[in-house]
Amino acid sequence: MHACLRRVAMLVAAVVITTIAVTGSASAAAPETSQGGERCVRPETTDDDTISILGLICDTQETPPSPVEGVQITVEDESGNEVGEATTNAQGGFEIPLPGTALDNLGKQFTLKLDEESFPEEVQLRNPNQVTRTVAINLSSDAFVAFPVGPAPGGGDNFFVEGLQLAVGGIVFSLLLALSALGLSMIFGTTGLTNFAHGELITFGALAAFALDRLPGTISIFGAEITVIVGVIAAFAVSGLFGWFQDKTLWAPLRRRGTGIIAMMIVSIGLSIFLRNVFQYFAGGSTFNYSQYASVTPWELGPILLTPKEVVIAGIALSVLVLVSLALAYTRTGKATRAVADNPALAASSGINVERVISVVWTGGAALAGLAGVLLGLSQGFDFQIGFKLLLLVFAAVVLGGLGTIWGSMVGAFIIGILIEVSTLVIPAELKYVGALVVLIAVLLVRPQGLLGKAQRVG
Amino acid sequence: MDWQDMFSLSVQEALGPSAVVYCLAAIGLNVHFGYTGLLNFGQAGFMAVGGYAIASTVTSFGLPFLLGVVFGLLATVVLALLLGVPTLRLRADYLAIVTIAAAEIIRLMLGSIALTDYFGGQSGLQDFSDTFRSWSPISGPVGILGLVSWRANDFWVMVVGWTLVLICCLIVFLLMRSPWGRVLKSIREDEDAVRSLGKNVYSYKMQSLIIGGMFGALAGFMTALESAAINPAFFATDITFFAYTVLLIGGAARVLGPVAGAIIFWFLISFLGVFFAQATEGAAPLIPPEIMTSQQASLIRFIVLGLALMLLMIFRPQGIFGDRRELAIDAR
Repeated sequence: MHACLRRVAMLVAAVVITTIAVTGSASAAAPETSQGGERCVRPETTDDDTISILGLICDTQETPPSPVEGVQITVEDESGNEVGEATTNAQGGFEIPLPGTALDNLGKQFTLKLDEESFPEEVQLRNPNQVTRTVAINLSSDAFVAFPVGPAPGGGDNFFVEGLQLAVGGIVFSLLLALSALGLSMIFGTTGLTNFAHGELITFGALAAFALDRLPGTISIFGAEITVIVGVIAAFAVSGLFGWFQDKTLWAPLRRRGTGIIAMMIVSIGLSIFLRNVFQYFAGGSTFNYSQYASVTPWELGPILLTPKEVVIAGIALSVLVLVSLALAYTRTGKATRAVADNPALAASSGINVERVISVVWTGGAALAGLAGVLLGLSQGFDFQIGFKLLLLVFAAVVLGGLGTIWGSMVGAFIIGILIEVSTLVIPAELKYVGALVVLIAVLLVRPQGLLGKAQRVG
Repeated sequence: MDWQDMFSLSVQEALGPSAVVYCLAAIGLNVHFGYTGLLNFGQAGFMAVGGYAIASTVTSFGLPFLLGVVFGLLATVVLALLLGVPTLRLRADYLAIVTIAAAEIIRLMLGSIALTDYFGGQSGLQDFSDTFRSWSPISGPVGILGLVSWRANDFWVMVVGWTLVLICCLIVFLLMRSPWGRVLKSIREDEDAVRSLGKNVYSYKMQSLIIGGMFGALAGFMTALESAAINPAFFATDITFFAYTVLLIGGAARVLGPVAGAIIFWFLISFLGVFFAQATEGAAPLIPPEIMTSQQASLIRFIVLGLALMLLMIFRPQGIFGDRRELAIDAR
């Protein structure tokens, strides 16, 4: 166990150092891009009663990105009436205010049309079919649209750069996967329950933060708006409470009755169906974004694009993971948790209060899953089944690392997360999850106990 | 509130093509879970392979319909072998995760752009059921006047479907009272004991997986023929879970459990659907729109379904007709 612990500690340390190095160079590299010619500048969002559609037409393949000036854009409402038009300025930006107040436009859809004639001859849209775009207004702030111009990134010659870019995205994703996987694996380790409703804990976090975000008014501190940040913290806390409550009212009584693990697994499936539909009942079927950080201009680190948002998300996830790892490794409760995961009966006979540990694990695991949900929602938007879609990947990560092992689930999450993103270099993006699931099956064929699991009979 | 309408619509669904599909899928799961104790969470994958085999053979390759049926059954055997080899030696929960992952792989592959030429991508395939329909002796709508009525095609699917259900139930009945079936049941009860008696547990489990998978393929055929179209959304993960609910309502390890389960399941699902749809529609609905809109009304049945699955498993895991002693839910 100790050798294994040390190995994981080194791994974590290596990741921390890499991340710090990346963030360090990010702040150094960011201001360097202002050199010669006009730069692409995103129009500023205005905080007034009207909603505007803002946009940017910019060739991001050039360094520095070159704006496209003089493109004509018209906006039509749902019945096809023209409600506004604009021409891109020297910085490639455009702004079209929508008629009426914000409330009038909420929930409506608008169609943006680019005038192909007005395009300069040497510039082409990346996707030539994308001359129209539909914008749904579901927030009372300005909507932002970007039209990518120029050839798609990585036309074969910068295969390595593209791989690196994907790997960076993969690391961010794998941190969130690790947050979710840790809870699932700890719950399995201590109670033997394969929790199919774990995905709903993830969704719960995303929705909890969204509910807070939706409340009227904003929360500010020293003039900076921190509504969403408060939402992240609240989601973490409320999810923990939700996990504790779920354990107390459902799982603890079932354990006392001596319900078998397969029966509990089927109960968790029922709970998953129940919660998912309750979520849809209250939230509806659409995709949401939080009111802040919906779109941000990326930093350029050499050839790689990285948004500040991603760095912050990765930073939060990583620090929470490190804290939880340290707590599991050194605190009394952490040690007790690992003891229970290892052998519940032996742990109980050596004086550990197993029920208390399980309660802590449920609270902690749910809080981590909720945090993963809200961070995932921040990075790519979310709907009522974000967690359900993620569930199989979490399973893949946990099985790869070793079902029930705590460090294993994190290692598994990193491998699966990075694999998913980088595999899109060679396979179509729509099939990227298939790769992860094939790995899952292959692991069971070769090493059923997982990478860090103990070689015991599992059949 | 039109109670008679509600009742007749529900009866129509309870005996209709959807009930046939879930019944066949649950018969397959009964062989896997009820009799052998295998936790197959990928029945939707077996169904997809069966359904797409018919559709693709006829539409994409222009081959005869019956050849598609043969291909479908062969393909499910191959799938069962592929799934069984790595997982049947493992614990039950591993099998659950692998089968659910495999079903998802199949669904994603079938819907992928790369294979559009064979499987039609996300929009799926159509125009493959002409042969099947040309065999139908039924020309007009069938039903009991004023109570229930089915369209000609639906009724033909029902006739064929319920006949298949009858045959499958007979097969399961004969299999399970044979010595072979007794070995399966004893694997469910105590694998090690069976092994010590010199039986090849692995081989028996594989045979069970193949046979149950073929019942799943039949469910897939009926899915495709019922709507005369097929697309990946028909085979989402939830389908397997619904089939489990059907099995658990009727009672696992009972030959007629899935039949009773499917009829009850579809009666309740469509009754709840119609009831809440009627309660929320019109100018002055029974339930005010602030509490429930008509869109939200369609979710109530799934909320109830999830709750029912939980409560069923907690308080009456043997279902309506099952025997509590004959349940493998404590196996580890």
